[in-house]
Amino acid sequence: MELETFKSEIEAAVPGCRLEIIPNPSPSAQHSLLVDPEHGLAAAYYLRDTAQFNFCTNVTGIDWPPKEITEKIKIKQIVDGVEKDVDQVRKTSVPGYLEAVYHLYSIDRKVGPLPLRMRTADRDSRVHLPSLTPVWRSAEFQEREIYDLYGIFFDGHPDLRRLLMWDDFADHPMRRDYVDPDDYEYEPTAHDQVLARAREHAAKAGAL
Amino acid sequence: MSTTYAPSAESLNTDTVLPEQYLEVSMGPQHPSTHGVFRMNVVLDGEQVVKLKPVFGYLHRNHEKIAESESYLGNMPYTDRLDYICSITNNWAYAIAVEKLGGIEVPERAEYIRVITGELTRLQNHACLLGFLLQDMGASGTPLMYAFRERETILDLFESLTGARMMCNYLRFGGCRVDLPAGWLDNAKAFLAEFPRFLDEFERLLVGNEILMERSQNVGVLSRELAINSAISGPMARASGLNYDIRKVDGYSIYNRFSFRIPLGSHGDVYDRYMIRFLEMRESVKILEQAMREIPAGPIQNPAIKARLFRPKPGEAYGRIESPKGELGFYLISDGSGIPYRYRVRPPSLINLTVLEDLCLGHNVADVVAILGSVDIVMGEVDR
Repeated sequence: MELETFKSEIEAAVPGCRLEIIPNPSPSAQHSLLVDPEHGLAAAYYLRDTAQFNFCTNVTGIDWPPKEITEKIKIKQIVDGVEKDVDQVRKTSVPGYLEAVYHLYSIDRKVGPLPLRMRTADRDSRVHLPSLTPVWRSAEFQEREIYDLYGIFFDGHPDLRRLLMWDDFADHPMRRDYVDPDDYEYEPTAHDQVLARAREHAAKAGAL
Repeated sequence: MSTTYAPSAESLNTDTVLPEQYLEVSMGPQHPSTHGVFRMNVVLDGEQVVKLKPVFGYLHRNHEKIAESESYLGNMPYTDRLDYICSITNNWAYAIAVEKLGGIEVPERAEYIRVITGELTRLQNHACLLGFLLQDMGASGTPLMYAFRERETILDLFESLTGARMMCNYLRFGGCRVDLPAGWLDNAKAFLAEFPRFLDEFERLLVGNEILMERSQNVGVLSRELAINSAISGPMARASGLNYDIRKVDGYSIYNRFSFRIPLGSHGDVYDRYMIRFLEMRESVKILEQAMREIPAGPIQNPAIKARLFRPKPGEAYGRIESPKGELGFYLISDGSGIPYRYRVRPPSLINLTVLEDLCLGHNVADVVAILGSVDIVMGEVDR
């Protein structure tokens, strides 16, 4: 598989670079390459200049909130002096993170897509990733969009401002746990849902 | 480090005090040449552009967020609203992404119908764009009305096929929604027989016009290297001599069955972007003639797909097509439920605007209008 060649080549060319192949179980079979943020820029330069992935089509963010995985396992326990299989629920919590995905194509070799991924350490304070705009200019607006909608800071981006929301806006609306502010002017219509929401709003704000 | 194509440092500082002779002008959001609610912050030295920053978001409705709470089928009509001039190609790109995600086969007749409707969409998009561009450059009325006359016929065809003129909501993953009605193909063939005559007339109207050449040649030149690095796609990239057409490269659907050529420009200026659309329309006519001749009978929908209960296995897929504006892609992540976990649109209009400043620097304000017109944007897709 080509991805494994890239992995070993990049690891040889960029000392200390940690790479991981993320398998994609869907029929599309577009397996992706996960790179650690410290060496992301160097790996991207390698992919552009040596592996000829010169066309970075799509740049996007993904939010993976922390989740708890509950699984039932059987463990052996001694109950009343007799060894029995007892069901036990084991909970493992997976910490959340934000992810940036770059879909790379090669114009000359006519191959692709190669999804290149980078992950932040968490979702709150350590949300910095290196900007790949110096490598692929096409990331300029798209990284701004990710910064705007997901709140990933791209270090080294030449012009990191909000792209779609207005400048005073505080939140990041594409995050999974985003709650939209209760500041609308509700028009009481015949829709039950809207009516219920309007009443809720009136109770909170004191006026309709 | 290697070559970078980042914007120049002096073009970046947005809130520094400007030198005295400079003037900052806000073009838009309600400017007739911005093709919707789009604004450019332009800094001028006399008539010359020194800095240009596009401002987006006036039409932002967070399409992607809404789509992440709808079923896979429920998103199909919503894709119409992205690039509202070419709704069928939007459907097509989304359908291809879902088909990659779910490993869905499409019947042969449905593929032919997709090619026919998709190429008709390309014809009307390019014709309209040329009309808009000429209108922007001062050829008031006539070219635009000629283009709209042809578009009207195509919209009539869409109406009799899908029930809607612009928001067609026609394709489904695994096929199409309805079969061609009786007589539709004959009407389409009759239209297609007339179309090259319109192209000749439209091309002759202004192609050697001195004012047009003066205003568009060597204006807004985009180099091939910058086009690749900024992922410029579609007619804009091909006008810069980049031989990259996804219909040929990916050979998606059944495009490898048809013989057609990829027209390329050599200068990458506004004039090349203008001419390349005429040439592309002529190639589309060739594809349409072949597709309408060869279309087989058969089913139009994969019977194994239960569209309303569609639940793909966990995984992700990026699917893309050559839409009239460039590479339109959809990136979907499934977590195994009936609702996409992540739904991303790769909008060609927005990404083609990345180099707008590079194209405009050093030109006059009036050229900005022509350059923006030649990029071909639709704000429904830029802002999503």
